[in-house]
Amino acid sequence: MNRPRGMPVLRSRVLTSIRRHVPFAAVAVVALVAAPLLLEPFRLGLLAKYLCYAIVALGIGLAWGKGGMLTLGQGVFFGLGGYSMAMYLKLTEAEGGLPDFMGWSGVEELPALWAPFANPVFALGMAVLGPVLLAVVLGTLVFRQRVRGAYFAILTQALAAAMVILLVGQQGLTGGTNGMTNFFELFGQDLADDSTQRGLYLVVASVLGLLYLGTRQLVESRYGRLLVAVRDGEDRVRFLGYDPALVKTVTFALSAGMAGLAGALFVPVVGIISPALLGIVPSLELVVAVAVGGRHALAGAVLGAVVMGYAKTAFSEQFADGWLYLQGALFILVMTLAPKGIAGLVGRLRNARAA
Amino acid sequence: MRIPRPLVSAMLLLALTACGTDAESAAQSNEIKVGLLHSLSGTMAISEVTVRDAELLAIDEINKAGGVLGKKLVPVVEDGASDWPTFAEKATKLIRQDKVAAVFGGWTSASRKAMLPVFERHKALLWYPVQYEGLESSPYIFYTGATTNQQIIPGLDYLREQGKKRLFLVGSDYVFPRTANKIIKAYAAANGMEILGEEYTPLGHTEYSTLVNKVTQARPDAVFNTLNGDSNVAFFKQLKSAGATAESMPVLSVSIAEEEVTGIGVDNIAGHPVAWNYYQTTETPANEAFVQAYKAKYGQDKVTSDPMEAGYNAVYLWAEAVRKAGTTEVEAVRKAAPGIALERPEGLVTIDGENQHLYKTARIGVIQPDGLIKQVWDSGEPIKPDPYLKGYPWAAGLAGAK
Repeated sequence: MNRPRGMPVLRSRVLTSIRRHVPFAAVAVVALVAAPLLLEPFRLGLLAKYLCYAIVALGIGLAWGKGGMLTLGQGVFFGLGGYSMAMYLKLTEAEGGLPDFMGWSGVEELPALWAPFANPVFALGMAVLGPVLLAVVLGTLVFRQRVRGAYFAILTQALAAAMVILLVGQQGLTGGTNGMTNFFELFGQDLADDSTQRGLYLVVASVLGLLYLGTRQLVESRYGRLLVAVRDGEDRVRFLGYDPALVKTVTFALSAGMAGLAGALFVPVVGIISPALLGIVPSLELVVAVAVGGRHALAGAVLGAVVMGYAKTAFSEQFADGWLYLQGALFILVMTLAPKGIAGLVGRLRNARAA
Repeated sequence: MRIPRPLVSAMLLLALTACGTDAESAAQSNEIKVGLLHSLSGTMAISEVTVRDAELLAIDEINKAGGVLGKKLVPVVEDGASDWPTFAEKATKLIRQDKVAAVFGGWTSASRKAMLPVFERHKALLWYPVQYEGLESSPYIFYTGATTNQQIIPGLDYLREQGKKRLFLVGSDYVFPRTANKIIKAYAAANGMEILGEEYTPLGHTEYSTLVNKVTQARPDAVFNTLNGDSNVAFFKQLKSAGATAESMPVLSVSIAEEEVTGIGVDNIAGHPVAWNYYQTTETPANEAFVQAYKAKYGQDKVTSDPMEAGYNAVYLWAEAVRKAGTTEVEAVRKAAPGIALERPEGLVTIDGENQHLYKTARIGVIQPDGLIKQVWDSGEPIKPDPYLKGYPWAAGLAGAK
């Protein structure tokens, strides 16, 4: 009936949609075209590493920023993904023999746990599904019991500590404190080759981009609203007839899956996985990065991971002796000047300009 | 709340361009850059900083004597942060961006294992200065600390000569202690010694009453200790309060040097033996000069230790190889290195051509009440390095699937 009025509505919708996507497209062009052209291979490799962390940060942004679940143990999921990938890589190189570290750990035959990881589909599947399953089990147990807030945070942190002890103790299975390193090829591609690393960078950047779009879509959907509602008033949501435990478990599992995928991508990019990468400290560092970037915005979480990753590299290269103080100072500075992180600061500036 | 995305892209772009601008200008022709990569933060910092300092001292001395090939050595220092992946990252940075001629670095085996693929792939040189568990020989690593047949096996020989036949093994839970104990068990089986127990605790563990109970109840003749770091403080304290003495039950340690003794507290550890290749008290002309120079540069209260001396030596050995090769080019240096023999603070060391380890003299010492270590036994002459223990029939099969 009101067909003539439909046109402008449609046009404005298209315009909004374009306006919404232009910034993302701009970042995508920078990340996918400019960065590989401009950066030296070593720097591009570092950026790929930050982007892996950004994938974990995106998951934290979803679980903590939108869902209010402060997870201090994302390293566990990251590690499960990383170790799955590392096991696959070690097995392809051993070509039916034993991975190098088993030799010096006194293991004489391949442990049964390892055998299926020779299959890339299984290994990659486990890299994502393993963390998801663990998160579902943990989430179901914990959220049904209405454990939340600091208790949930402590629990996830304890999980990270336990995971490290387990990995270090099972040296024959996991490489112990050393972890696993010395990988040569992935799907027949020489990992030392600069072009392989560039390809990996593009894969990581694309995965991050797609996950970002997907997560944003999700947050703007009905489910996303429900998630925020659970964060802000769990009991009220329950009285309305929804199941907050289910919403939280699904979200937690999604963030775990992202961390697992990030871990699997991280291993060929960086060339090592070890307990040092998934304990309490690295898990906390990621949460700090999300806080610095701004946990209330997904882009803030991603930005935070890249900024903090870059800051760590830059500070430690410039001031080898005291860089940790600078890193800490940066965190304190951002948190005092902009409690809502860089994203919050940017939002405030924009509001000021609009007013 | 939504951030304006153009700002995000601007920031990303800024970060990216910042990454690109710090590429160094072409290396100046009268300088040679070398990398020093040790943990300057984290748990290992307390030990590794001293090695870094000893390496800086060597660089200073070499520069004062005219440098190498008429060029000055310029150290590029990076922090491995007690974190193995960071070691790999910083090693890549030193090689690819700073284009250093060689890297001196590492302490833990884990850091060496993490750096190994980086050096092999870029065909760059790493000089690793700490005793380790052997079973490794990379063409791009020179090992200036002891391998097992220059420290652990002499330690066992010493215990056997002392009539200590029943041993208890205590170690931190990581690769070095586990591999070391594997070797010790094979040695014991071949030499009629008895292993009464084998216990591991996580790195940084400090609760030792249960373990000390187990050890004292087993009543071993001696304990072979591969604990690392802070754990030793708690272990020796609790051992002492349990009434065990160095006379009744000596604890032979392979990771405690002069630097660590002060941390553990001399009272807790005096009288116990240790196995190394060098002590501050080692009597050689080169050592007198080294100790004096180190104290002059860093303070009279400082001590020198085996890993520091091995790091100090590494710089000199590399410089000698560069002089012999006439270039810093890696393959030429590798080719020139075998057979280089220098009188160092620990005595004569020679680079083995086959495995790039050093011929070193083994020394057993006893910790004195003043915190220094007095030598009580030595191997008489430098021992040929044998990382895979090929010269020991009882060790056949230990090297594992290689």
